[in-house]
Formats: sequence, structure tokens, C-alpha cells
Amino acid sequence: MITKNADNPTKTTEVEQNTLLEIKNLKKYFPIKHGILQRTVGHIKAVDDISLTVKKGETLGLVGESGCGKSTIGRTIIRLYEPTEGEITFKNQNISHMKERELRQDVRKNIQMIFQDPFASLNPRKTLRMILGEPLKIHYNHSRKKQEEIIGELLEKVGLSSKFLNRYPHEFSGGQRQRIGIARVLTLNPDLVIADEAVSALDVSIQAQITNLMQDLQAELGLTYIFISHDLSVVRHISDRVGIMYLGKLMELGTKADLFQEPLHPYSQALLSAVPTPKKQKTVQRERILLKGDIPSPANPPKGCVFHTRCPHVMDRCKQEVPSLLQVKKDHFVACHLY
Amino acid sequence: MTKINTVNESSTEALLNPNLNRKPDTMFKIIVSKFFKNKLAVIGLIFLTIIILSAIFAPLLTPYTPEEQSLRDRLLPPSSDHLLGTDKFGRDIFTRILYGGQISLLVGFISILGSVTIGAIVGSIAGYFGGIIDSILMRIVDTLLAVPTLFLLITLVTIFTPGIDKLIYIFILFGWLGTARLVRAEFLSLRTREFVLSARTMGVKNRSIIFSHILPNAMGPIIVSATLGVGGIILTEAALSYLGLGIQPPIPSWGNMLQDAQNYTIMLKAWWYPTFPGLMILITVLSFNFIGDGLRDAFDPKINE
Repeated sequence: MITKNADNPTKTTEVEQNTLLEIKNLKKYFPIKHGILQRTVGHIKAVDDISLTVKKGETLGLVGESGCGKSTIGRTIIRLYEPTEGEITFKNQNISHMKERELRQDVRKNIQMIFQDPFASLNPRKTLRMILGEPLKIHYNHSRKKQEEIIGELLEKVGLSSKFLNRYPHEFSGGQRQRIGIARVLTLNPDLVIADEAVSALDVSIQAQITNLMQDLQAELGLTYIFISHDLSVVRHISDRVGIMYLGKLMELGTKADLFQEPLHPYSQALLSAVPTPKKQKTVQRERILLKGDIPSPANPPKGCVFHTRCPHVMDRCKQEVPSLLQVKKDHFVACHLY
Repeated sequence: MTKINTVNESSTEALLNPNLNRKPDTMFKIIVSKFFKNKLAVIGLIFLTIIILSAIFAPLLTPYTPEEQSLRDRLLPPSSDHLLGTDKFGRDIFTRILYGGQISLLVGFISILGSVTIGAIVGSIAGYFGGIIDSILMRIVDTLLAVPTLFLLITLVTIFTPGIDKLIYIFILFGWLGTARLVRAEFLSLRTREFVLSARTMGVKNRSIIFSHILPNAMGPIIVSATLGVGGIILTEAALSYLGLGIQPPIPSWGNMLQDAQNYTIMLKAWWYPTFPGLMILITVLSFNFIGDGLRDAFDPKINE
């Protein structure tokens, strides 16, 4: 439980009321199968013991290199994957092992996902009308006219015209498609939107348009975002809080300001030092920290702290003991033996 | 909201401006128009249409019946009375080709319809659900594929007296395997595509994901393989008939007409006897292949006009 603040009991209940999603010790292991009999010979520990909470209305950024499990955690929260262990509590409901039928009743429409590839995320055989109409048809019983109305409004909201309703996805550009993806997510009026690398496949200028659109929609509709990305500058732009992941573990979690100005974990420091800063901006000129070696395989992660093989401050303790995520300051958590 | 609109109204409008108000094409229209741009496919379609129509309207096109023998008119060369000559019993070859076409095409179409349906269902289920279901279904397919089909066909045909219906059952029994594998492979790659994941997160039911989201995207390869499959079945049927195990005389099929003509003296003396049924098989199978190729390109949303 990382949100509990022992000194201030009134604060605790307030926080809990605001909590939309809570993840406790979440693990997702993918079995590695071998041979004719498909024996399990090992596990890829894509998400390994992560706990965090997401408050209503905030944007939580999740950053990390490719293969660190950030997409897996998103897909596990939305229950495309069944968690191996741990608990996912969404709106005070434990959804970690819910059956598909139960999920469909209430959860599915309240958690939605914006996908990375705008060319793969829309069914090429369906028109815009069908793409946007389907979720409405599943969850609501609107009349045809009402449905058209809702779709038209949504398209306008994301900056497209309802003239395009009979078009197929291949007739749109990447940025337009991502807008369609956002409109589709909004049809169900979700509480939580998981954006999995939602802007990574777009041009930089379009990236800005889409992130701005997402921010405007958040302000207008009170959405909560989990924004998964490898792009630190985009995450910095859109997030309220940021979590940094490495090899399936959460290394550091804090408010944007704390984390970007004063990263505590050696990995966060290295990662943030890689972001180029504009010369005019008067920030503390950080020295570029270069990490040695490659990311170890998630099938066979190092013992103790997973980062110890590359950490410049490695101690004996790091090779034995797994550091737990500790609060070092208000709203700032770090998993490192240095603190 | 106004801000958002101004940001991209200009770019959006400009991008799609040229024919903003045109009537949008349906997917079907797009596919048809792409298909008709492929010359070989169109030629194939024309030939096949002629062949199918003449098979259907055979009684109107010829004064003879296929079984009508006239021993006086044996092995006559093509003439105005007998357009493509006569066979060793004096039957009109043109007539027999038309009626034989009915049988060959009927066997081809029905067998393919049956085997593609079974194959698509089995392949979809195996590919979509994966895991143990996939393993069991695919091992069944592997086992059946390892059976030497032609010999089994011959054995089965010998056990059950050969006939059109039995031939169709046997073709279906072994015909769905290829389609099942093909559809499974399509499903394996499509089920992890983001639009399928997105449908799942929307709460779309499995059945609807399989049949309304994935299958339409796998339709191209299925139709192509079905089209090519009809040609293949016509060939197999011809081969079986040639061995005397297919359609039994006096019912004509292109295969058993070839078998009738296999005597070498006949081949030398009456070239028209084996040539025309053989040519019909060739043209028909070729037409199916061209149409199949054309359909494959037309179904591919990535290939534009």
C-alpha cells in the first residue's frame, strides 16, 4: 500500500475515495514452452511485483525501455491478459480474475485503450460508422438516430467531420486514424483510458496535436489516463505523475516535477540524462550518464535488484536483496538500497 | 473545442478535399473494380461464364443427347453435323462435353463449398482460441494430411460403388484440411492485431470477433484458395475418372471422356476425341487460376488501383 499516509488519517480516506485503480503486487509471467509436449521450461517475467494506484482525473505516465513490461502492464490492467498473481482493483471491484462475461457487464466499457499503431488498430473492412457504432450497439440500446447523433458529436470532438462516416480506415492519414481511435474509445464514456504508445507512431507535429487533443478531452470529460510511452518528453508534457520501469519492476514513482528535477534512482538518473535539453532553458546541466551493458533477459533477471548489473552505485547488498518501493518524500517512491 | 477544430480542420479538409462529397464506395465495389482491372482475370471470368452457361443450357445448344449412340457415325471428324466430331460409339463429343461440364463443375463447386466451410470453421476455432484446442485440431489435420489421398480415394471408391455423391463426400473429407491450415494461419496473425484487441476491450463477444472482425479480413485467401481448389478438384475428378473410378459411364464427365479416348489407335486416328475434353479441362482450370489470382489482388487492401 503505497498511498497510505500514516501520519495523516484524514488524508488517507480522501485519497482512497479518489482512487480509481489500485494494483497490488501485480505479476504477469509468460511461460516459455519447448518441445512437442509444450513443456514449460521457464517464464518471462514481463511484470514482476508492481504496486501502484491511479487517482481519478490524473495522468500517470509509465516510461521505460522497450521490453520493460510497460505495455504488458497496460494490457493486464485492461484484462487482455490474465494476471499471474496480484490484485487489480478498479472502482472498488477486484477485476484480476473476473471471467470475460462479468467483465463485459461493467468493466469493459469503463476501461478503454488507445493503441500504438493507427494503421493496425482500425478494422480495414469496416467503415467509420461501423467502427464507432459497434461499441454503442454492444453496450447501449440506442435508436439508430440517437446513435448517429452520438457518433457525429464524438467526431466533432476529436476534430473530424461526420462527412467521413462512410469512409474506410485506409482513406485516412495516421493522425486522423489516431483521432478515430480516440473517438472510438470515447463512445463508451470510460473512466480510465490506457494510452499504449498512443503517439509514438506519429510525426512529431501530429504528436503534439494528438497529445493536446487528449489533454483537452481530459479537461472536458474528466478522464483518467495511464500514458505508456518510451518518449520522455511526451510523458513530461502530459503526465501528472510518472513511473519509471525497468525489467518488469517499478523503479521510481513520483510527481512529474519531483521526478524530472530530482530523480533519485540511478536508473532514472541515467534515463533522464539522455533527454536533450534546449540550450536556452535554464535547467541544471546534467552530465550524460552512460550505462554499461545491455538489459538482461526478462526470462532470467538478475538476483537482488534487477538493475545491479548496470548500476554505477552497486553495493553487495544489491546483489542479494530485492529493494522494495519505499516512500522517500510525499508522493515520491523509489526502489533502491541507497535510500 | 474550437481550438482543436482550427488546428486540423485545414489539414483534414485539404487532405480529403478533392472528392469530399463523392458517394463513398462500398468495399464490394472497390474489390469488383480492382478485379476488373486485371486483364487475365477478366479473360478467365469470361471463359468460365461461357463454360458454365453452356453447361447449364446444354439441352438448348445441341440436338443430341449425351447417351445417344449411332454406330454408323463412329469416330467422325468435326463437321457441321458434329461440331467436335464423334466418339467410338458415335456419340456427339460437343454434346458430351456440355453435359460433362455440368457434372465436372457441379462436383467441383459442391465439394469446395463443403470443404471450405468446414475448413474455415475448424481453422478459425483453432487459430483464435489456440492452446489445447488448436493442438488437438491441428494434429487431426496433420494425421489426415499424412494419408496418401489418391490411394485412399481409390480404395474408398472401390468399397462404395462410385457415384457423384460419394465422390463429393470424399473430396470434402480431404478437401477441408488445406483450408483449415490456411485459415488458422490467418487467424494466428490477425488475432493479435490491434483492431482485434480493441474489439476485445470493447466487450465484443468471441463469436462476433471471429465472424465479423477476423473472418472478413481472412476472406481474401479463403476465396482465392477456394477458386484454385475448384480447378484442383476438376483435375482430381478427371484423374479418378481416367482410372475408371470417377464418374461412371454412360454419364459423361471430362475425365471419363479422356479415359474413353486413351486407346492409342484412337488417339492417332481421331485426334479430336481426346483433344477437346482435355482442352476443356485445361481452359477451365486455367480460368479458375486466373480468377483466383485476380481475386487475391482485389481483396488485398494494400494493393491500390
